[in-house]
This record gives sequence, structure tokens and C-alpha cells, in this order.
Amino acid sequence: MATLLDKIWSSHAILARPDGATLLSIDRHFIHDGSGNAFRQLKERGLKVRRPDRTFATPDHYVPTVRRDLASIEPYRRGMVEDLDAHAKGAGVALFGLGDRRQGIVHVVGPEQGLSQPGMTIVCGDSHTATHGAVGALAFGVGASEVAHVLATQTLWQAKPRAMRIRVDGKLAPGVHAKDVILAVIAKIGAAGATGHAIEYAGSTVRALSIEGRLTICNMSIEAGARAGMVAPDATTFAYLAGRPYAPKGADWDKALGLWGSLGSDVDARFDREIDLDGSQIAPMVTWGTSPESAAPITARVPDPAGAQDPARRDAMERALAYMDLQPGTPLADVAIDRVFLGSCTNSRIEDLRAAAQVVDGRRAVVPAMVVPGSGLVKAQAEAEGLDLIFRRAGLEWREAGCSMCVGMNGDLVGRGERCASTSNRNFVGRQGKGARTHLVSPAMAAAAAVTGKLTDVRMLLRP
Amino acid sequence: MEPFRRLHAIAAPLAAPNVDTDQIIPARFLWRKRHDGWGDLLFHDLRFHDDGAPRPDFVLNRAAYCAAQILVAGQNFGCGSSREAAVWSLIDNGFRAVIAPSFGDIFFNNSFQNGLLPVVLPPERVASLRTMLEQTPGGRITVDLGAQTVTGPDGVSDAIAIDPFRRECLLAGTDDISFTLRHRDAIAAFEQAHEAEVPWL
Repeated sequence: MATLLDKIWSSHAILARPDGATLLSIDRHFIHDGSGNAFRQLKERGLKVRRPDRTFATPDHYVPTVRRDLASIEPYRRGMVEDLDAHAKGAGVALFGLGDRRQGIVHVVGPEQGLSQPGMTIVCGDSHTATHGAVGALAFGVGASEVAHVLATQTLWQAKPRAMRIRVDGKLAPGVHAKDVILAVIAKIGAAGATGHAIEYAGSTVRALSIEGRLTICNMSIEAGARAGMVAPDATTFAYLAGRPYAPKGADWDKALGLWGSLGSDVDARFDREIDLDGSQIAPMVTWGTSPESAAPITARVPDPAGAQDPARRDAMERALAYMDLQPGTPLADVAIDRVFLGSCTNSRIEDLRAAAQVVDGRRAVVPAMVVPGSGLVKAQAEAEGLDLIFRRAGLEWREAGCSMCVGMNGDLVGRGERCASTSNRNFVGRQGKGARTHLVSPAMAAAAAVTGKLTDVRMLLRP
Repeated sequence: MEPFRRLHAIAAPLAAPNVDTDQIIPARFLWRKRHDGWGDLLFHDLRFHDDGAPRPDFVLNRAAYCAAQILVAGQNFGCGSSREAAVWSLIDNGFRAVIAPSFGDIFFNNSFQNGLLPVVLPPERVASLRTMLEQTPGGRITVDLGAQTVTGPDGVSDAIAIDPFRRECLLAGTDDISFTLRHRDAIAAFEQAHEAEVPWL
């Protein structure tokens, strides 16, 4: 009666203190261009990277997306990228650097390379590490001190999270994607709804999703407060991993399939909390506020804070609407936007680009819009399929891989007071730039917004 | 890391729920090195106008609270990004404890690594503490990690639950790495057995 979480947890527990903390062995550690302080902490203590062979590096937050030219960017940003190069090379850690086609957003690169596998423990100094749980791993984000701890010991002390299962059943309607499912989940349970829990996503809707879709869902687990999000591995997972560079080969592959096939939660497994959603009822979603929980169907109106019972909640809604410059009662589909960002660890994979390209094909963007693929390999694949031409013909910018405008650390920023339809994961105050207003949407919805200049129900633009 | 035992200090109320780490420390500052110091950046865009002048309405800019070492916050404080700089900016600004009904998980863990104590109390009690602090600015709270209690300006004490391992580390001022390195042999033995099971790792 074990859950997927139980099985991974118990197979990685080195020591368990009687008072609850477990020393977990870490299978994979991903590092990026924000890892400098952790390496310096290690150096100050005279420690070395214990398992460079289980550590993988790629720069993503600070890299330029206009062209792959470090000389053209601000010295402090260049310094962050060069720091990662130096630290990785110094420690003997594999690096997918800026000139390497495999470079990209760390949460796109890990699964793409077959580095993220079922049953693994995976950490990274980034809150969106839960993404990798889509292949049936226990993956979570950590801070700089814990990054240093993993570098030094390849372990972490952790209290076991409680288990939550979110079941989504039913067939998604045309125009509705994984992003809409996770926004609907967060709207239902709240930004702190899963605090202290690891979420296992289950049900027929989740089973029917590709790995790309599952990656999108697990990615935003943290926006519901969860430490981790995961999906039990199945035939879709195995087909996705087969033949990837770091996936097991030959006899190891056969052995792996046996192990991976036994990881799913037992039928009589007990969860601390269970949530159910009807997938067939989910509409394309859009956020109206400054927390991902402020999400509503595109057919809805901006809510009225006066309707909130809790005074703190009412106050937070009022401040959010003031920041977003929205009036209660306005139909969301009437909200004009200034720009579109298509990218981020949530939505920059090949399927995301295909969904967006399908909408803009033969149409014309009426606001500035940029497409930032999640990795060099996603970019190459999209170009092989001609998606870059579709985007360019429609007037969208086609960029190089990186985190880009999701968090703006590389200088790709939304201007003050500008309203952006964005496929990223956070609509926090100032997240995409000081004074920037973010509406989180799916890639198809972002594409629809680009060609109409307002938040738009993509179902109106679907072709037969 | 400085040990944490007992703290009797001015507390500042910050009522908003879901104060994310982008609010605590905006992303554009994250390229700084740890030893550069981060205290001046705490709540930067909430505390300062664009020209750098302090916003008089922000709680930490009010004279009665500027020496605060305890923050009494809202639900889900520190949600969002894993940036440890959120904790560094609080610590470097003099804060040693944050009291809230709940925390972002990663922020919560990062706090312990830096000697900042995150204290979870029931939402009603946190709200009443904030009201007291608003009505009597400069009010003090006592956080006693040894006794595992928090005492408000009203003299009422609440017991606090805390992971015993985290408590030990805070009381001693040691971090996890030193502790874990004592288990090198167990780690090596585990790795050997695990790699026999999963040879493709």
C-alpha cells in the first residue's frame, strides 16, 4: 500500500533520525548560472564536489536570447555565465554551455537528455525543479545552502512531505491544454493549498497527456505550495525516454523497465489528501491578479473584491487589481494587452511551440511577441518543422534558448505598466519587470492574444 | 552561523498573504555575491520609490519598527522562487525570526540554514499579534527556542512545534554540512549498494 512517493523515498533513505529527518541520497543535481554562491560556500570550507558525475550544468537565467554573444551583454550578467563555466570545469561537472546545442532551461534540458528518469531523486537550486517529477521522479527545488550541501555530500536532510493525490478525469476540450489544467488546479486549491505536500497527479486526463504536458503540470506544483509534483511512469514515459542520450541502454534498459514499471502507487495506497477535478469542464484559463491562484476561465469577468469574506483576502485582491489596473466586472476577454511572451520552463517545449504556431499560422501579430524555445535542441526541432518560419511570417520574434522574460534576469523585460500575456509560471508583482503586469496563459492562448491584441478565447480561432 | 536561543525584540507586522520572494528581493539584484551584503535590498520595491526615497507608508520605514528583529507576516510568506537571498536580505537587515500561519517550503528550509527562525502559529493568533503591533508600535515579542514558546506583547505564550534536528542545529549554530560529513561512511556504503541496483545511474 505504498505511494510513488513512499517507494522513491524509502529507496533513497540513507539514515533516518528517530525525530523525523531523513538523509536522502540524491541521484541527479542540476546546476545553473545562479549557483555561484553555493560553489563559493563550498570553497570557503575547503570542500570538493562529491559526485561531479551526478551533477549537470547549463546556463539559463542570465543568457542572452537575441544572439549567442556574451561579449555584447552587461559584464555582471556575463560574469554569472562565466562563473558557471569555471565552477563546472573546475569540478569536472558536465556542462551544456552557451555554444552547445544542448544548452537550455535546466528543466527542459534534464528530461530532454534523458537525465531525469523514473524513481530518481532530483534537486536543483530552482523552485521549478518539480518539473522533472513528470517522468516519475521525486524532484524539488532547494536554496543555495542546500545546493552546497548536495555538492559536498550528494545528500539532503529532508522531512518527508505528506502525500496528496490530484485526480483529473475526462477528455480535455479542443483548445484546452496542460497549462489550463494546472491553472485550474491552483485556482481550486490556492497558492498555499498543497504546502507541505508532494502532489501525485493522476486520472485519465493526466494519463492521456504527453510527457511535455505532464512537465507543464508538475512544473507549477510549487505555485500551489507543493514541494514536488509527480506522475507515475507509464508507457508514455518509457516511449519518451527510449533512445535519449543519458537513458539506460541494452540490458540496463530492460532492467530499468522492470524497476520503473513497479513504481506507481499501489491500488490500496493511502494519501493524506485527495482532490478531484473534472477535466472535461476545464476552459482555457487566464490569471487576473498577482498570484497564480488568481486564475479564471477566459469566459469569466474580473472578480469583485467586495465579494471576498476575509478582510486580508479582500485587501490583497484590491491591491492586486490596482497593480493590474483592472476593474471588477470587466470581461477578461476584453482586456487589451501590450506584448506576448512565449517560453519558460513551463511552456517552451516542442509541443508548446506547435500549439502556438498552429494558432498564428496565416495570421499576423498585432502586438510585440517573442518566442523563446526551451533549449537549443527544441529550437533546432522547431526549425526542422518550419515553425520558426510560421512565427516569423506572423511577425513574432524567434529567439535563442533561455529563461528570458519569465524572470527578466537576462534583460528581457516587460516595461512598466505594460500588460503581457505570458506562458510563464508567475504573475507576481514586478516578476517580469518593475511595474509589469502579467497574465498567465497557455501557449495557444498566448498566440491568440498576439494576433488579436487582447486576452482571447483561443477556441474562437481554432480551425476545423 | 549565529546560534539562536532566545530573542526578545521589536516586531513588525506585515499583513499581506502570499508575500513572494520576488517581493522580498527582486530578481534584478540576484547577481550579488553573498558577502556583498543584502540588507539594503530587503523588500526593495515596497520600501523605496524609484528615486530611492523611502516610502513612508511601508512598515519598516516607520520609526517605531525600524529596529525590528521579528516579522509577523501573513499566510504563505516566502512563497515562490528558491532564492536564498530572500533569507539573506532579512538576516542582513537584522531579522532573526518570522512568525506566520504558513511559509513557502523552500524559504522555510533556507531560513534554518542561516539562523533565521520561521515560526508557524495559528492564523487567528498571528492576526491578533499583528493587531497588537499595529495598535502599539514598538511592541516586543519573545521567541524562546529552548523552551519552544512565543510570547506576545500581551504576555500570552504559545507553544511552537519545530523539527528537533532543525532546533538542535539552530541552538548550536551549526549547519547541516558539518553534521552530514560525520556520516561519510554510511553515504559511501549506500551509494555502492544503490549503484548495484541502478547501474545506469
